[in-house]
Amino acid sequence: MHYKLKIFRFHPEQDARPHYQHFELDADPTERVLDVLEQIRGEQDGTLAFRRSCAHGVCGSDAMRINGRNYLACKVLLRDLNAAEITIEPILGLRVVKDLIVDMEPFFDHYKSVLPYLINDDPLPADGRERLQSPEDRERFDDTTKCILCAACTTSCPSFWANGEYVGPAAIVNAHRFIYDSRDQGAEKRLEILNEQMGVWRCRTAFNCTEACPREIKITQAIAEVKRAIHTGKLE
Amino acid sequence: MTQTHTFDVVIVGAGGAGLMAALYASRNAKTAVLSKLYPIRSHTGAAQGGIGAALGNLEEDHWEWHAFDTVKGSDYLGDQDAIEFMCREAVQSVYDLEHFGLPFSRTPDGRIAQRPFGGHTNNVTGKPVRRSCYAADRTGHMILQTLFQQCIKNNTLFFDEYQVLDLLIENGRTAGVVAVEIATGEMHVFQAKAVVFATGGHGRVWEITSNAYSYTGDGVAVALRRGIPAEDMEFFQFHPTGIYKLGILITEAVRGEGGILLNKDGERFMERYAPHIKDLASRDVISRSIYLEMKAGKGVNNSYMLLDVRPETVNKYAELDGRTRPDGTPYRVTAQEILSKIPDITDFCVTYLGVDPVQQPIPIQPTAHYAMGGIPTNKLGEVVIDDQGTVLPGLYAAGECACVSVHGANRLGTNSLVDLIVFGKHAGIQAAEYAAGVDFQPLPQDPTGLARQQIEKLYAGSGKEKAVTIGRELKKVMFDDVGVFRTAEGLRTAVEKVKELRERFQQVRVSDTGKIFNMDLLNTWELGNMLDLALVTAIAAEARTESRGGHAREDFPVRDDANWLKHSLAWMDGASVRLGYKPVVITNYAPKERVY
Ligand SMILES: Cc1cc2nc3c(=O)[nH]c(=O)nc-3n(C[C@H](O)[C@H](O)[C@H](O)COP(=O)(O)OP(=O)(O)OC[C@H]3O[C@@H](n4cnc5c(N)ncnc54)[C@H](O)[C@@H]3O)c2cc1C
Ligand code: FES
Repeated sequence: MHYKLKIFRFHPEQDARPHYQHFELDADPTERVLDVLEQIRGEQDGTLAFRRSCAHGVCGSDAMRINGRNYLACKVLLRDLNAAEITIEPILGLRVVKDLIVDMEPFFDHYKSVLPYLINDDPLPADGRERLQSPEDRERFDDTTKCILCAACTTSCPSFWANGEYVGPAAIVNAHRFIYDSRDQGAEKRLEILNEQMGVWRCRTAFNCTEACPREIKITQAIAEVKRAIHTGKLE
Repeated sequence: MTQTHTFDVVIVGAGGAGLMAALYASRNAKTAVLSKLYPIRSHTGAAQGGIGAALGNLEEDHWEWHAFDTVKGSDYLGDQDAIEFMCREAVQSVYDLEHFGLPFSRTPDGRIAQRPFGGHTNNVTGKPVRRSCYAADRTGHMILQTLFQQCIKNNTLFFDEYQVLDLLIENGRTAGVVAVEIATGEMHVFQAKAVVFATGGHGRVWEITSNAYSYTGDGVAVALRRGIPAEDMEFFQFHPTGIYKLGILITEAVRGEGGILLNKDGERFMERYAPHIKDLASRDVISRSIYLEMKAGKGVNNSYMLLDVRPETVNKYAELDGRTRPDGTPYRVTAQEILSKIPDITDFCVTYLGVDPVQQPIPIQPTAHYAMGGIPTNKLGEVVIDDQGTVLPGLYAAGECACVSVHGANRLGTNSLVDLIVFGKHAGIQAAEYAAGVDFQPLPQDPTGLARQQIEKLYAGSGKEKAVTIGRELKKVMFDDVGVFRTAEGLRTAVEKVKELRERFQQVRVSDTGKIFNMDLLNTWELGNMLDLALVTAIAAEARTESRGGHAREDFPVRDDANWLKHSLAWMDGASVRLGYKPVVITNYAPKERVY
C-alpha cells in the first residue's frame, strides 16, 4: 500500500525552527511504523533521527506522536492507524533535541524523585532465603510493575504540558509499584512527596495517560489509589 | 574538544551484567557506567521466561543437577569449573535479587515461583524440573528495573547515551576507553584502572532475530581491533520459537506451561526427535528438528510451524504425558490461567499477528537469539587473551558479550540471566579489587586517534554504496548460510560474501554531517562491527568440521570429541582472521552422547 508521511524535522545545527518534511513510500499494512522510519532513514534520508532498540514494545525507546496520539513506533502497525497519511512528531512537553528525539532528563528526574526502589531496613530472613510474599500481595501491585518508562503517558497529560514541574503519571505509577508492595516500608515518605504541590493533585483525571500506555497499565486507577491513600492515610 | 575523566573502574554497558558490576564495583571504587542506551532500554529488559537456580521451592532440586544439565546443554563445550561456580552461586544470586526488591511471582506458600524450562531436568528421573524463577513473562524487565532502582538508591554515576568506540591499552595494561557523547558528538576519554565490558550480543548480524537494533556486537568488535581474540564465535543460538517473519521471541515458558509444537499435519513432531522431554528439549535440538520437518515438507505453507498453547491442546498432551502439579493432581489448565502466566506473549501475538494464543496456534520459526561466543574470560571475569590463560590486567567482561565459557556450544534457557547476575557481580568485585592495588596507566599519546580515524573513514567513502544495502545482504547471507544448518559450501560462500561486503563498506559515506545525535554515523559504525563479527563467525564455523550444539554441519553431522573438544579463538589482523584453540576444562562430567 502507498503511504504519505509528514515527519517533524529539526536539526539544531542548521534549522532556526522546526519544519515538516514529506515522504512517500510503499509498505505492507502489517509493518510497524518503526519499520517505515527505518526504511526512510535507510533509503531516503539518512539524517532522520529517532531512538529505538528492541523493536517489540519492551524497551521504551520510541514513544512518539503518531497522527496526534502517543504510541511506541514499534508497537503500532500501519493498519492500526487506518490512514494512508501519517504524521509523526516528537512527544510533547519535553524539549526537542533533534527530529523525533527529546530531552528525557526532566522525565527521569521526576521518576527518581519518588524514591523508586525498595525501602526495607528490617534484617533479611535468618536462613538467607527470600522474603515471603503471598500471591495475593504480589498481585496487588502487579499492574504497575509493567512500566517501561517510555514517557508516553506523562507526555500525553495536559497537566504536564501546562507545567513541566508536575511529577506526571509515570512517576506516580512507579511510586504505586512500591507503595503497594507488602515488602516495602517507604509508603509514608512517598505519599508525602506526592502530596506536595507538584504531586498527585495536579492530576485532573483526563485519562489520556491510560489511553496512551503501550503496556495497558490502568494508570488513572493507580493514581486514584494513591490519592485515596493520601486522603485516608491507609493502604488498601 | 576532548574531555578527559578519571575513574578507578569504568563499566561499559548498563544491562543486567553492567548494572550488577556497577553495584558491586562502586562499593569499593570510584566507578562510572557508560551506556549507549539509557540503562533501562538495555536488552536484558526483553528477557521473558526466567532465571535458573536450584532453589527447590516446588520439588527436589540441586545445584549439581543444574550444573550437569548446563554441561550437557553445552554439548560438553562449557568449562565445567565455571559452570559449577555459576550454578552454585545462582541460588544466592536469586535471593539477592529478591532482597533488592525484585517482584518474583510467588508459590502459594509465598516463595519464589519456579517453572520448567528446556533442558532443565531432575537428574534421577530425567523429567523436566521446575527451576526457572520468574516474574510472569517479564523476568528480564524486572531484573533490569530492580538493578537500576538499586543504582538510583546508591547514586551510581551514569554517562547515559555515551557510545564507546575504543579501548585503550598501555604497557600491556588497561588504560581506559574512548567514547562519543551522543547528544553532542564530542569525544571523551575515560582514563581507568579497570574496564568492564558488558555490551550484550550481536544477533542483528542475522536476518531473522529476537535481538534489539542495538545488538551489534560493539564490545567484541572493539576488543578485536585491539588484538584481543573472540572465543567460540561459531556458536550462535537459534531459538526455535520466533514469531514467523518478525523473529520476536516466544519464550520457552510457553512450552513450560504446556504449549506443544505441531507440524502442518497437526503432529507433535518433537516426540520423534526427543522422546523423553519432547517439546522441552534444548533449543539447538528443537531448531534443527524444525528445519528437518520443513525439509520433509511438513511446514505450514512450507514456511513455519505452529506453537499451540490452546487449553484443549495443553490438556490433551498433559494427559498423555501424565503431567501432574506439585501436589500430585493432574495438570489441567484454563485459558485464564495461561493468559495470567504469559500476558506479554499474548500481547505480542495480538499486536503483531492478530492471533489470540488461547484460541489459535502461533506461527513460529527459528530466530537468531544468543551469542554463546564472545570476549574470552575466566570465572572471575578477567579477560584472557591467549590459549595459556594469560590475563590482560585491568580488563573484564561479563554478560552476553563475554565467553566464560558457561554455555559452551549451546546455552540453556534461563542461564543467560544467571550468567549476568553471577559474573556481572564477580567482574565488578574483581575490577574494584584490582583497581585498589594499582596505579593508573598513562594515557597514550593520541588517545582518541583510532576512534577518530574510524569516524573519518565513514565520511571519506565515495558514497557509491549504501549502508542499508550492505546490512541487508549481510543479514541474508548469514541467515541462509551460517544459520541453523551449515555446509562447507555455504560457509565458503558466506566468507567470500562477507569479505566482499567489507570491501564495499569502504564506499559508504555517512550523509548526516552534524554532531548532535548523529544516529546515521553511529549506526554505520555499528554496521562495521557486525561485518567484523560476521567474518570471524563464518571463518570459525568453516573451520569446525563437526556438529556440536548450535553449530550443526550437514556435512559433518556428528560431534567429534577426538578432534574438536576445544574452544576456538579468533584474532583479527586487518582483513584476515587467525584461528587458535584452547582446551575445555573438564572436572566431573566426562563427555557423553547427548540424548533428550
Ligand atoms: C527476547 C529475549 C528473551 C530472552 N529471555 C531470556 C530468559 O528468559 N532467560 C535468560 O536467561 N536469558 C534470556 N535472554 C537472553 C538475555 O536476556 C541476554 O543475553 C542478556 O539480557 C544480555 O544482558 P547483558 O547485560 O549482557 O546485555 P544488555 O542487557 O543487552 O546490555 C548491553 C548494554 O551495553 C550497552 N552498550 C552496547 N554497546 C555499547 C557501546 N558501544 N558503548 C556503550 N554502551 C554500549 C547498551 O547500551 C546496554 O546498556 C533473552 C534474550 C532475548 C533477546
Ligand atoms: S524500540 Fe523498544 S519499545 Fe519500541
